[in-house]
Amino acid sequence: MSHAAELPVWAALLTSLLLLVGAGLTLLGAVGVLQFRSFFERVHAPTLGTSWGTGAIALASIVFFSSLGTRLVVHEVLIGVFITVTTPVTLMLLARAALHRERAEENPNVPSRAVMRRRGSAPAPEDGAGDAAGTPSS
Amino acid sequence: MSRVLPYPLLALALLVMWLSLTSFSPGQVLLGGGIAVAAARAMAALHPSKPRLRRWQLIPLLFGRVTLDIVRSNIAVSSIVLGLGRRERKSGFVPIPLELRDRTGLAILACIVTSTPGTAWIEYDPDSGVLLLHVLDLVEEKEWIDTIKYRYEALLLEIFE
Amino acid sequence: MTAAILLWSVSIAQAMLVIAMGCNAYRLIRGPRAQDRVLCLDAMYVIAMLLILTMGIRTGSAIYFEAALIIAVLGFASSVALAKFLMRGEVIE
Repeated sequence: MSHAAELPVWAALLTSLLLLVGAGLTLLGAVGVLQFRSFFERVHAPTLGTSWGTGAIALASIVFFSSLGTRLVVHEVLIGVFITVTTPVTLMLLARAALHRERAEENPNVPSRAVMRRRGSAPAPEDGAGDAAGTPSS
Repeated sequence: MSRVLPYPLLALALLVMWLSLTSFSPGQVLLGGGIAVAAARAMAALHPSKPRLRRWQLIPLLFGRVTLDIVRSNIAVSSIVLGLGRRERKSGFVPIPLELRDRTGLAILACIVTSTPGTAWIEYDPDSGVLLLHVLDLVEEKEWIDTIKYRYEALLLEIFE
Repeated sequence: MTAAILLWSVSIAQAMLVIAMGCNAYRLIRGPRAQDRVLCLDAMYVIAMLLILTMGIRTGSAIYFEAALIIAVLGFASSVALAKFLMRGEVIE
């Protein structure tokens, strides 16, 4: 790492701190994936790595390369923005797919379609003929 | 203006991204500009619903609030993974009736909720406007409904509707 | 001195990321269901991207950044396609 010798001390310390925080958060997220018991709990774990895990490592890279003075900083911001925009999309699609699969198998641990109606107000007019009469049961 | 360049902000953002990925030279500006204009016109051909920003001044407030909350929930979820605070943890689903109907606002709310560790957006029913949320550390349902409704939804309603 | 600090922290960070990848790989093999495996695959893409970013800091070269961006894009596309497949049984409707 001969290129790092001309780096000012504060930049080296800041880069190191951000790197360790980011990698640590990502590791905690991975341990969470291993540890949690159900799929819907495991969905929460990778967001540790994708929110501040990615953010901290991208910031470390920005600090490092800007203080080396070799190039502009915008590159890592692109990665940060890309990851923050795309991860929710992936996780939402995955969670919906999982819910769909669990419902298709009639797993009692996931809420049924009936939860999605507004509480307190009158039931919305049915578009299907499924449970037009009486209380919805599934 | 709107016929030649339908989405000026999008085109400008694409041009800036192009220049930051390559290098700044007249040729790259020309090439990036051409691609940006073409992409904006392609976007217009898709006829997306145009988001109406009513009070864009509030966006920095929302951004700050979300950043703070993500830091806070990162710490909370880390301590759960490490097994600190020894008590029985229960996770569960929370149905939340939403007032927000604007599609852009809902998309932003979905991104906020899902990128915050500890909460995940599972399903949304556009007919009834009910959102199904999964919470990792569920103590009180009411508390989460209030958080979503007053902390984020009220602000998004002000920005978009 | 600064080089030593940086070398140690980059090495430790890379070790942590590799362990994180191992955890995800274990869950990927164990399952139990297809959605767990897709979730782990997505997380592994992100961790691989972070590893490459740290490689860039270690070597001080800007080339790694492009690889990281490409991995991020590919990871997103493949995870979305897999999630779609789980939901409908086909990728393109």
